[in-house]
Amino acid sequence: MTGFTSLSRAMFLGFVRDRAALIFSILLPVLFLLFFGSIYKNSSAPKINLVTVGQVQLLTQARQADPGLAKVLAITHARSESAALASVRKGDDDAAVLEHGDRVIVRYSIADQTKAGLVNSVLGSIVQAANQAASGKAPRFTLAASQVEDKSLKPIQYFTPGLLGWALASGATFGAAITLVSWRQNKLLRRLRLAPIGTGSIVAARIWIAVAIGLIQLAVFLAIAKLPYFGLQLTAAWWMAIPLVVCGILAFMSIGLLVGAIAKTQQAATSIANLIILPMAFLGGAFIPLDFAPDWVRQASYAMPLRYLVTGMQDVMARGEGPTAALPAIGILLAFTVIVSLIAVRMFRWDDV
Amino acid sequence: MPATINVRDLRKSYGDVVAVDGVSFEVREGEFFGILGPNGAGKTTTLEIIEGLRKPDSGEVRVLGLPAWPRNGSLLPKIGVQLQASSFFERLSAREQIRTFASLYGAGARQADEMLETVGLTDQAGQRTEKLSGGQAQRLSIACALVHDPELLFLDEPTGALDPQARRNLWDLLRKISKSGRTVVLTTHHMDEAESLCDRVAIMDDGKILKAGPPAALVRELDQPLRISVESGLISADQAAGLTSGAVSDDGVSLSIATSEPGQVLAGLARADALTGLRVTGATLEDVFLSLTGREYRA
Repeated sequence: MTGFTSLSRAMFLGFVRDRAALIFSILLPVLFLLFFGSIYKNSSAPKINLVTVGQVQLLTQARQADPGLAKVLAITHARSESAALASVRKGDDDAAVLEHGDRVIVRYSIADQTKAGLVNSVLGSIVQAANQAASGKAPRFTLAASQVEDKSLKPIQYFTPGLLGWALASGATFGAAITLVSWRQNKLLRRLRLAPIGTGSIVAARIWIAVAIGLIQLAVFLAIAKLPYFGLQLTAAWWMAIPLVVCGILAFMSIGLLVGAIAKTQQAATSIANLIILPMAFLGGAFIPLDFAPDWVRQASYAMPLRYLVTGMQDVMARGEGPTAALPAIGILLAFTVIVSLIAVRMFRWDDV
Repeated sequence: MPATINVRDLRKSYGDVVAVDGVSFEVREGEFFGILGPNGAGKTTTLEIIEGLRKPDSGEVRVLGLPAWPRNGSLLPKIGVQLQASSFFERLSAREQIRTFASLYGAGARQADEMLETVGLTDQAGQRTEKLSGGQAQRLSIACALVHDPELLFLDEPTGALDPQARRNLWDLLRKISKSGRTVVLTTHHMDEAESLCDRVAIMDDGKILKAGPPAALVRELDQPLRISVESGLISADQAAGLTSGAVSDDGVSLSIATSEPGQVLAGLARADALTGLRVTGATLEDVFLSLTGREYRA
């Protein structure tokens, strides 16, 4: 084994045997993914729960005419009107529907305004379609509405790149900072300097291991998010996420090196790294998708390297943009790496004195 | 024969603090050389300059005939360095640890395993280094420094935090290493360690070498009286005072005589059949330090 491979091996073993590192760089982000993924799983296609009292001919006909309606409407039956209304008040159902001759009566709760609006418009359109069918004429105007994004842009499409970006950022930053500080403290850095092996080999081994860990994080995230339960749909140029991950790792390693160069103790390194990474996770689009974030967050995000990693991955993995869409993000991450590394090298010390 | 290490008028300051202030000495091939002094005396800085880790402000260091600064790539495989018991990669077993160090020097796994055997750690080979005892970790760190069979070995405070038993074990190991023909340079603040292990010591204080030479010679040069003590009550203080011109004291437990004529005193005590509990102690390196600096030695 050469110095490079044996150093890489030692570093990799040190990582996989470090429970805390595994928890923070893989387990915790995956738990977040499971958590967010489950919460927002159905939010893009909310179902309306209707409770009917007695026969509602209109709904039966509408469902026969358009089988797709079953995806939007879930219908249950109540024995009495008061039972149906109680269920709507409690929020178990979104609306109660009764039919009195030609009148269809809808009772809904305003507690969930989005649902209330949906109930009104869906039932309104059902009534309108029934009226139109009763007139015996073909409709003259039709409305074709569709989202601008890929139809599959469900929350998992946002959360996977976002949380992955956060996982990569914290893994690379903490890994580099803590390794540097603890190796300086236990004098391993000095010991390695006295071995006939170049500084380049040590740095290259560290980068290679960080990149390997990043690619493992990517693989784990994709494997989980692609489970049918979450249903991540990768778009054509998803493979551009690989160079993005590599550049992201480099950028955050450089932050870690800077933190490790400044901090004297591991506790200090952990605190400084947290101060950098945690706000960045909120402001850089990892936890809150930038499309839904307030304007000042969006402005602030331009200063965060994490933003470019996350949006770059979203573009190629989820938004269906071409491979070149990732290039600006890659360029910015690399430029950031160069600048921060240069500062880190200036601050770097082999030992404490 | 050229000296293995040649240090001439070394100086190094950190800001206003003078760490090394005109140090010169030589270490000959195969010698066990000790740099001895209290913490902050400048031992470690001196060692770091010799190892090529620091640039001296002035002065010259040649190691195995080559200049130590700038860091000399062809010198590194010939020297072994032991820094601290904890200078290890995290979460590796003893075997993985030494094999990693071996491969940095191009030495094979078999050589690494043999070295583990030499320092008596074969049974602990599979254990994580964090779980080793202080003495075991220290032996492993020495094994890691020796794994590429260097000509010259540097040991920095090797017995620092060890219990007495572990220290003795380690001394045996260090003697064995020295007997194998290697040159060993040791820094220590333990006087007894230097006295017991080193062929020659340099006593350092305040960045200067106060004195250098074989420990026994340094002690002899002091020409301090020997201290002979026996159990109290075997012989009266007056009787004892008659044996020599030195001072006599009796604290009720032992009767002590300070003398520079030990033969005469011992013969007298033997005649009086007063040899029970006999102890003869001479001056130590601590006394040498005391006489050189005028203050008590405190590590």
